[in-house]
Amino acid sequence: MAHNGIGASVRRKEDLRFLTGRGNYVDDINRPGQLYAHIVRSPHPHAAIRRIDTAKAARAPGVAAVFTGADMAPDKIGGLPCGWGVKNKDGSPMKEPTHPVLAVDRVRHVGDPVAVVIAETRAAARDAAELIDVDYKELPVITTIADAARKGAALVWDDAAGNVCYDWQIGDKDAVDAAFAKAHKVARLDLVNNRLVPNAMEPRAAIGDFDPGTGDYTLYTTSQNPHVIRLLMGAYVLHLPEHKLRVVAPDVGGGFGSKIYHYAEEAIVTWAAAKVNKPVKWTADRSESFLSDAHGRDHVTHAELALDKDGKFLALRVATQANLGAYLSTFAPAIPTWLYATLLAGVYTTPAIYCEVKAVFTNTVPVDAYRGAGRPEASYLLERLADVAAAEMKMDRVDIRRRNFIPNTAFPYQTPVAVQYDSGDYQATLDQALKAADWAGFAARKAEATRRGKLRGIGVSTYIEACGVAPSNVAGALGARAGLYEVANVRVNPTGSVTVLTGNHSHGQGHETTFAQLVAERLGLPIENVDIVHGDTGRIPFGMGTYGSRSLAVGGSALVKAMDKVIAKGKKIAAHLLEASEGDIEFKDGKFSVAGTDRSKTFGDVALAAYVPHNYPLDVLEPGLDETAFYDPKNFTFPAGCHVAEVEIDPDTGITQIVNFTACDDVGRVINPMIVEGQVQGGVAQGIGQALLENCIYDSTGHLLTGSMQDYCMPRADNLPNVSVATHATLCTHNPLGVKGCGEVGSIGSPPALINAMVDALGDYGIRHIEMPATPQRVWQAIQSAKPAQAA
Amino acid sequence: MPQVSLTVNGKPASAEVENRTLLVQLLREKLGLTGTHVGCDTSQCGACVVHVDGTAIKSCTILAVQVQGAQVLTIEGVAKDGKLHPMQEAFRENHGLQCGFCTPGMVMSALDLVKNNPSPNERQIREYLEGNLCRCTGYHNIVKSIEAGAAAMRGR
Repeated sequence: MAHNGIGASVRRKEDLRFLTGRGNYVDDINRPGQLYAHIVRSPHPHAAIRRIDTAKAARAPGVAAVFTGADMAPDKIGGLPCGWGVKNKDGSPMKEPTHPVLAVDRVRHVGDPVAVVIAETRAAARDAAELIDVDYKELPVITTIADAARKGAALVWDDAAGNVCYDWQIGDKDAVDAAFAKAHKVARLDLVNNRLVPNAMEPRAAIGDFDPGTGDYTLYTTSQNPHVIRLLMGAYVLHLPEHKLRVVAPDVGGGFGSKIYHYAEEAIVTWAAAKVNKPVKWTADRSESFLSDAHGRDHVTHAELALDKDGKFLALRVATQANLGAYLSTFAPAIPTWLYATLLAGVYTTPAIYCEVKAVFTNTVPVDAYRGAGRPEASYLLERLADVAAAEMKMDRVDIRRRNFIPNTAFPYQTPVAVQYDSGDYQATLDQALKAADWAGFAARKAEATRRGKLRGIGVSTYIEACGVAPSNVAGALGARAGLYEVANVRVNPTGSVTVLTGNHSHGQGHETTFAQLVAERLGLPIENVDIVHGDTGRIPFGMGTYGSRSLAVGGSALVKAMDKVIAKGKKIAAHLLEASEGDIEFKDGKFSVAGTDRSKTFGDVALAAYVPHNYPLDVLEPGLDETAFYDPKNFTFPAGCHVAEVEIDPDTGITQIVNFTACDDVGRVINPMIVEGQVQGGVAQGIGQALLENCIYDSTGHLLTGSMQDYCMPRADNLPNVSVATHATLCTHNPLGVKGCGEVGSIGSPPALINAMVDALGDYGIRHIEMPATPQRVWQAIQSAKPAQAA
Repeated sequence: MPQVSLTVNGKPASAEVENRTLLVQLLREKLGLTGTHVGCDTSQCGACVVHVDGTAIKSCTILAVQVQGAQVLTIEGVAKDGKLHPMQEAFRENHGLQCGFCTPGMVMSALDLVKNNPSPNERQIREYLEGNLCRCTGYHNIVKSIEAGAAAMRGR
């Protein structure tokens, strides 16, 4: 049998259907008699709704119904719930305004849904939507963090003074102040973490279906976590019990966080399907995605690092303002707090850290987790600051990192910001990346580039992140309103093949292959005999879905636990069949054997006996071989590593070319190296996008200037370099596979490496920092403004 | 409403369409060929690329009535007799896809590139893919796939 277990680059089981056009995405699904929904959205960033006239639209050809928020009110439809509460410094709760499914009296961002037209065709629904007359009274608009905080600023929410959602803190302020008082030097940095639009290639879509005979609802939706949607929409919005609501998330074309959340359109089509008694389908066009998918990042930060005379980090003080948009998306409050400030120790021994975060409302699309979620913001800040500190101390950038690393002997390492790292080897990933990037040979390459008139720079980042969310009790204590375990059901079929039902969801990650490798390895089966099923609450017992690089660490652990139960029961059955004592049965390579003998039964023999129990210990054992496990993680996992970027800037045009990008990541044990490499390459591409290309911009009147793929700069093939990826594993100490997670490391480690490289390249101009995205225009302007200074 | 008759993946097809119906809507909604995807509304993403009379075209930018009598090849018609085309096989072998949504357009574009340039180098592939967006892979493995697919096609 070919080696298809742990460590093999098994080619993906899911690829055949995707390569032949036989994927099954939500918009590919059509239900009999289906109608189409078109959502009418606010063209204004902030306005009172005085009147909505739907009469003409309702009479238009092909229209089945038109609904507004007022039509939903009699059914007491709830607002979209927020799944994480954050407290203010004084212990009081954050402001948590309602998030109506359809706006009733006020709209708060361009794209806010106000009505839905349901018609026989997409085109008819869209045509009729033009006939809806909404009388708006425009209100003053807040779009940026600076606007929101300005004295006397207009209010997005009348009861959120100063537009503040919360003013939160973590760490020991007094200890930090004391350390700063005796610091040899202080490195200071102001920076912006630019707002991004996730832009998974598949636009969101949803189909609501209602069976009047049984009262059962089905929602097909583009979700990373169908059970979570069933719970949130069923319990909080539509008041439907779980047993009458099935949520199916079939093939999903990328998520990157944006498909975690419960969105209004899911509730609208489900509710409307029962009203019109027909299936109702909605598919976003890309312009709608820009106006309705949760955005990412959007921080403004001031940070200070206190250093002693040897360059040791004494203390870190950070003040961050975060833009949450007009409403609280499902996990929004947690992102700039628990997923950000808890990572501010980075890979360093900084003994005292204090961070305060003020989160504000603005008249913009809600902001929530986007690939990395809080951790890219933390690592960008720290790794930029480490370079600034090195410059301040006139020390080597690599050396200052090395002397502040948490040593390998210090694990488990308790940081001053709540989390405890279990394992890592930061020197090793740094060494390996520097070697692969030929850091030592840079000076010669720079000299050669200088002769060609190019500015060459190199940058490094040694990042850490937290994955595998999360121990439920810890998350609960921090404000999470749900458990964060994962579930696996291992269903052994009578002839010995295995169907795994997992609560994780694959939308590009390749779980159908990786999880099957775990089964092939543990149960000794050919990988063809294993199927991984996900994305259907009607089939899978339960699950919390896929986000935060948690699938293998949490869901994979649940799968191992369920397989252990299968093997334990299998041993009992085998003992009976082999007339041996259970304690003498060993399981290896797909065989149950009596220790020290040649007597054995195959996995298939045992499965058949379990389902055809003619010769079976029925008096002590139930028939069947089907086990479920819930796994609640004991800690977060902490992937870490080193990224090195090398760039060349053309001083005449400001154009930056990435000439080399090298990553060495510690993601724990690697199950499928090919897939890990692909995940890192994809993450790095999004990091390069953030650092050099992507920027979500609202103008001062609250309109989205970057509202299409013509205006928002998505990374294209000719913008990106090849990305060299290596791994160096230290094992996670608290999950059975030793895995840490690889989905986000690319987008976390890469932006600071790139900006550090660019600042290095621009060093001769005295440029100390450049904001992301470092576009040619920004670089050129920085060079132009530096020139007079240089001449002087 | 106009009637459009054409050949899709070697088989005759016909449907009644509105004047404004796009080719991609004809394929997906009237002919049930959902392998061709729609990822944007500004002709940027290339998820909808098909071949019309042997030329790659974004099927969101052409009306269904314009393909009257044309030969259309979609991703569903690329594999023959249950066997993947060498370009599809190269994508599988080189992990050139993750979520799979951009993949049909990528494969159709790759076939068009190789038809016009049987031995494209990395730079040529990257420049040719300017009109195909992928958010998952960072393109690294797509480029590798197309290089390998082109080599396999030359060897046939």
